[in-house]
Amino acid sequence: MHIIENGNAAAALGVKLCRASVIAAYPITPQTPLTEKLSEYVESGEMKAEYIPVESEHSALAVCIAASSAGARTFTATSANGLLYMHEQVQWASGARLPMVMCVVNRAVGAPWNVWNDQQDSISQRDTGWIQIYCADHQQIIDTVIKAYWLAEQVSIPVMVCYDGYILSHTFMPFDLPDQEQVDSFLPPFQPDYFLNPQDPANLNTVTLPDVRMDVRGELAHGYMEIRCLLQEDLRKALQTAAEAEKRFAGIFNRGADPYIEPYRCDDAEHVAVGLGSITYQMRVCVDQLRTEGIKIGVMGVRYYRPFPDEAIAAALKGKKGVIVVEKALSYGYEGALMSDLKSALYEHLAGTGSLPVVQNFIAGIGGREIRTDDLTQTLRAAAKGRVSKEPVWIGLRL
Amino acid sequence: MQAKSTILSLPTEELVHPGTRACTGCGLSIAYRVGLKALGRDTILVVPPSCLTVLQGLFPVASTKLPCLNVTFASTAAAAAGILATLKAQGNEHTTVAGWAGDGGTSDIGLQALSGAAERGDNFIYFCYDNEGYMNTGVQRSGTTPIGAITANTPFKGKLQQKKDVPAIMAAHHLSYVAACSAAYPLDLYDKIKNCLALPGTKYFHIHIPCPPGWGYDPRYGIKIGRLAVETGYYDLYEIVNGEFKLTAASEKLIEKRKLVPVREYFRAQSRFRTLTEAQIGDIQKTIDEKWAGYYKKDE
Amino acid sequence: MGTRNYRRKTSHSEHGAGDGGRTGSWRVERPVLDRNLCIPCKRNKEACFICWLFCPDVVISRTIPPTINLEYCKGCGICAEECPTKAITMVDEAKFAEEDKE
Repeated sequence: MHIIENGNAAAALGVKLCRASVIAAYPITPQTPLTEKLSEYVESGEMKAEYIPVESEHSALAVCIAASSAGARTFTATSANGLLYMHEQVQWASGARLPMVMCVVNRAVGAPWNVWNDQQDSISQRDTGWIQIYCADHQQIIDTVIKAYWLAEQVSIPVMVCYDGYILSHTFMPFDLPDQEQVDSFLPPFQPDYFLNPQDPANLNTVTLPDVRMDVRGELAHGYMEIRCLLQEDLRKALQTAAEAEKRFAGIFNRGADPYIEPYRCDDAEHVAVGLGSITYQMRVCVDQLRTEGIKIGVMGVRYYRPFPDEAIAAALKGKKGVIVVEKALSYGYEGALMSDLKSALYEHLAGTGSLPVVQNFIAGIGGREIRTDDLTQTLRAAAKGRVSKEPVWIGLRL
Repeated sequence: MQAKSTILSLPTEELVHPGTRACTGCGLSIAYRVGLKALGRDTILVVPPSCLTVLQGLFPVASTKLPCLNVTFASTAAAAAGILATLKAQGNEHTTVAGWAGDGGTSDIGLQALSGAAERGDNFIYFCYDNEGYMNTGVQRSGTTPIGAITANTPFKGKLQQKKDVPAIMAAHHLSYVAACSAAYPLDLYDKIKNCLALPGTKYFHIHIPCPPGWGYDPRYGIKIGRLAVETGYYDLYEIVNGEFKLTAASEKLIEKRKLVPVREYFRAQSRFRTLTEAQIGDIQKTIDEKWAGYYKKDE
Repeated sequence: MGTRNYRRKTSHSEHGAGDGGRTGSWRVERPVLDRNLCIPCKRNKEACFICWLFCPDVVISRTIPPTINLEYCKGCGICAEECPTKAITMVDEAKFAEEDKE
């Protein structure tokens, strides 16, 4: 069924279809309409779940961590400083291998206070051991939420579904609303390996030593380092599981694509603009314009940021003359985090092949600064001509 | 009906194994052991970092026979709410959820989540075991360290501020049950747990826990010192049931006796109070006497 | 020896005694029970058991006579201090070490 709704509602509908049974949330703009919607579903009885209106984001994730440990399918959502306030719990959730899903409605972080969109919040959580997926439109939001639960539960790793505040969260777009039966066939009920249970008592997340240690049966149990290494191994393997998720999803819903990247007019392109989220769709407009000018350029959205699909990215960019990375976040003191990751993937897979593209970095839309399509087009046009700067260049800056 | 247990009526089944990492003569070990007997096997525990984290055991061995979730320092009560919500979603109405946190994890870093859960009325029991300092990290002051106590970060003058009255803060949340207990009175603790199990919403327990290394006394005197805190009227055993305050056990008996042991005896039994002057002790004695004059008056 | 095939991917502890090792080795003094003074022993019926109630380390049994698990008893002395008939005495472990040698 096609409906017209905003991005937050798309996420909420996805969570409802996935039958999350414990939801906890604390209000923060621009996430609020999403969790308000869920409280409506729960209070009206449309959705069978417990909704806990917690007193902080730290507690929101605490509720989800505990509920997931007790066997529930959980959901929370946040933005900006809310996500930063959760940071300790974000690390805890992945270390405890809990398959939860959280939406991050991307917003700039303070100081100074700013409620508008950029992606500094989720990018700053890059190294927490979560799977991070970026959405570019409402269809992707609802579909990604559904796929995220399946993936999380397959690999026992939590998933962050990220989408741009306002640009996606508060705008209305038509999208296909999957029906419940289809979702149920895609996503079976959550069956954890273990859940807190007096009939089978276990003590979870206890202090774990630097070295291995014998358990009560005489088997050698992991030390902290083994547990952490398994998280890394499983995160890398999750790329494969993500492809399976995409395939399964396409089989049921008749839509799907490359799970990791979303290329547009890239096949014959000499230059490729790369980004995360809604800006990649905006860049399609720029690319269409530049193509009429004879510039062979395409755009590639990166959907999975962690685990990083380095192989797919390198393969897509192999033989290109230039790569233009446009980011709404920065690893302060160096360059955009995606820029660094992308260069490292190219170096790993293309070094010595003679087909390493020139890579340039642009920073845009920080704190909700309007990204004018004309400015973006001009930026790509200039970058396609040759290297603009060694340092990241801020688009639309008036300093 | 108030249950009155005796040593012989307590269950013999132990839910804690011997050979824990707790210090010799640990007061928490006594309260925890008896507390779990009252909670019973159908219980899920939530524990933040604290002495109990160490007592509970290091991976892959647990010292407690109940399921337990270790959580971040500030999130005990919120995690309890998450487990409760799940049990509710699973249609489980019988399993008890109990948080066990130290005084730092309760009065300082965990207070916000606890207040949130209490305000929402999440149906679980929260135990604050109060050994009056951050003992697990090497005896630093906490919100409940009493005035005059030497700690690792109040090294010469002792703490200059009053102990935070957490049970009063929790009572201000209009809880169905708030209790102040002591490791030196395990039967009182046992009975209070049993009596509150059926009450709705959040139940709060504050347990005074003598701590040999933190307080500075020979481990064998732990119970004596815990008892002295009560007999001097310095720490009171009570319960607040639906807003009704009532002294219990040895504190209740002090009302009849109309005579308190001088608080000096309590202070002089521990090295942490070694810098308290007679004048300071006199001031504290005055405060205690005034508090008890109020209790006596209410009794008349 | 590795742990690659260990069942769990995270910290998941199962219960058992002696997480802290044989904590009896921490003991400086050993509790010794005099059955002639112990109330349940004298009366030969369930009584008193204050030592059992206050033992922090779950090493005293509620039996006649009460037994003390020396493998794990840390020797805190609370039982000796609380016993109303002074039936438990704390004795220097050095004394037993000498006996063990003999």
